[in-house]
Amino acid sequence: MAEEPPVEATRIDPKLLEILVCPLTKARLEYDPERQELISRSAKLAYPIRDGIPIMLPEEARPLTD
Amino acid sequence: MAAPLLFDRPLLRRRLERALRAGYADFLLARALEDVEERLGAVLRRFPSALDLGSPTEAVADWLRASGRTETVVRLAPVRASPSDSLAVVGDEEALPFAPGAFNLVLSLLALQGVNDLPGALIQIRRALKPDGLFLGCLLGGASLQELRQAFLEAEVETTGGASPRVAPFSDVRDLGGLLQRAGFALPVADVELVPVRYDNLFGLMRDLRALGFTNALVGRRKTPLRRATLLRAAAIYAERFSDADGRVRATFEVVWLSGWAPHESQQKPLKPGSAQMRLADALGVPERPAGEKAQR
Repeated sequence: MAEEPPVEATRIDPKLLEILVCPLTKARLEYDPERQELISRSAKLAYPIRDGIPIMLPEEARPLTD
Repeated sequence: MAAPLLFDRPLLRRRLERALRAGYADFLLARALEDVEERLGAVLRRFPSALDLGSPTEAVADWLRASGRTETVVRLAPVRASPSDSLAVVGDEEALPFAPGAFNLVLSLLALQGVNDLPGALIQIRRALKPDGLFLGCLLGGASLQELRQAFLEAEVETTGGASPRVAPFSDVRDLGGLLQRAGFALPVADVELVPVRYDNLFGLMRDLRALGFTNALVGRRKTPLRRATLLRAAAIYAERFSDADGRVRATFEVVWLSGWAPHESQQKPLKPGSAQMRLADALGVPERPAGEKAQR
């Protein structure tokens, strides 16, 4: 089984979270610490966070199906 | 209707990524950073939160942090420049992921020449600024790489009987000043700096363009590889037309600087027409004369 990544390395800066919005709709984002994703309900996209860095590119985001 | 897309943005990102991996040619950026020191040095204030918008390497954000004039520096770039890059967000300069009024300063060096919608990008920058926040940036302007454009155009017509876009169109400085104003910036300023660079030949210039991540990423580019005959002819035309006495060739980069402030009451503004308290003639100490007879009807 793969090792869990260390929590510290993937933690996102809370001050950054406060100012981030969806690049397409400019709406607030929900932070999912489990999946390491920033969720934009209005754009139906989940932006990944890799190594603590949010990837705010629509083409890299996971489309939400529900 | 949406404007036609000029640039293939994902391709532009890959080009920059490759350039950074192979060793970024930072001569333009280093020079721009010196300019920033001078330009920001004239602004006597602190910028508690600053954004480095898309500058190709971390040098700009590092400099801002070391300047002691900011508390937080957020760096957004299309790709991470190196493992040591203190990048905060990977993003697109024309789809900013920031809440309104998040920053006191937005600094962007050599990034905005590759956006498809510059007016839209400027409006987003203005919105991301707090009132009285400053935007300062530079991008390549319309006089850049004129020599290369001409050489390729003629070589391609001669060898293939047709032309395809090889050098990107860059914005004209006169348009850019107007764009700042339309984007809602107060006290907008656009000015130009020409950076002449010399190379042994066209191939030296093309090597640098690759190391800058500036190779052709136009949507309308010809998708087949450049023909050898075209390339050699372009090199010959370039050497013929744009070389100095010592045989080396010239290339011109035009760096356009833009600055503007997010509007705030404290800023100087023109008075409303008709609100003058004093006659111009009195101020000038001359007798007032009518501006001219109106045409008789």
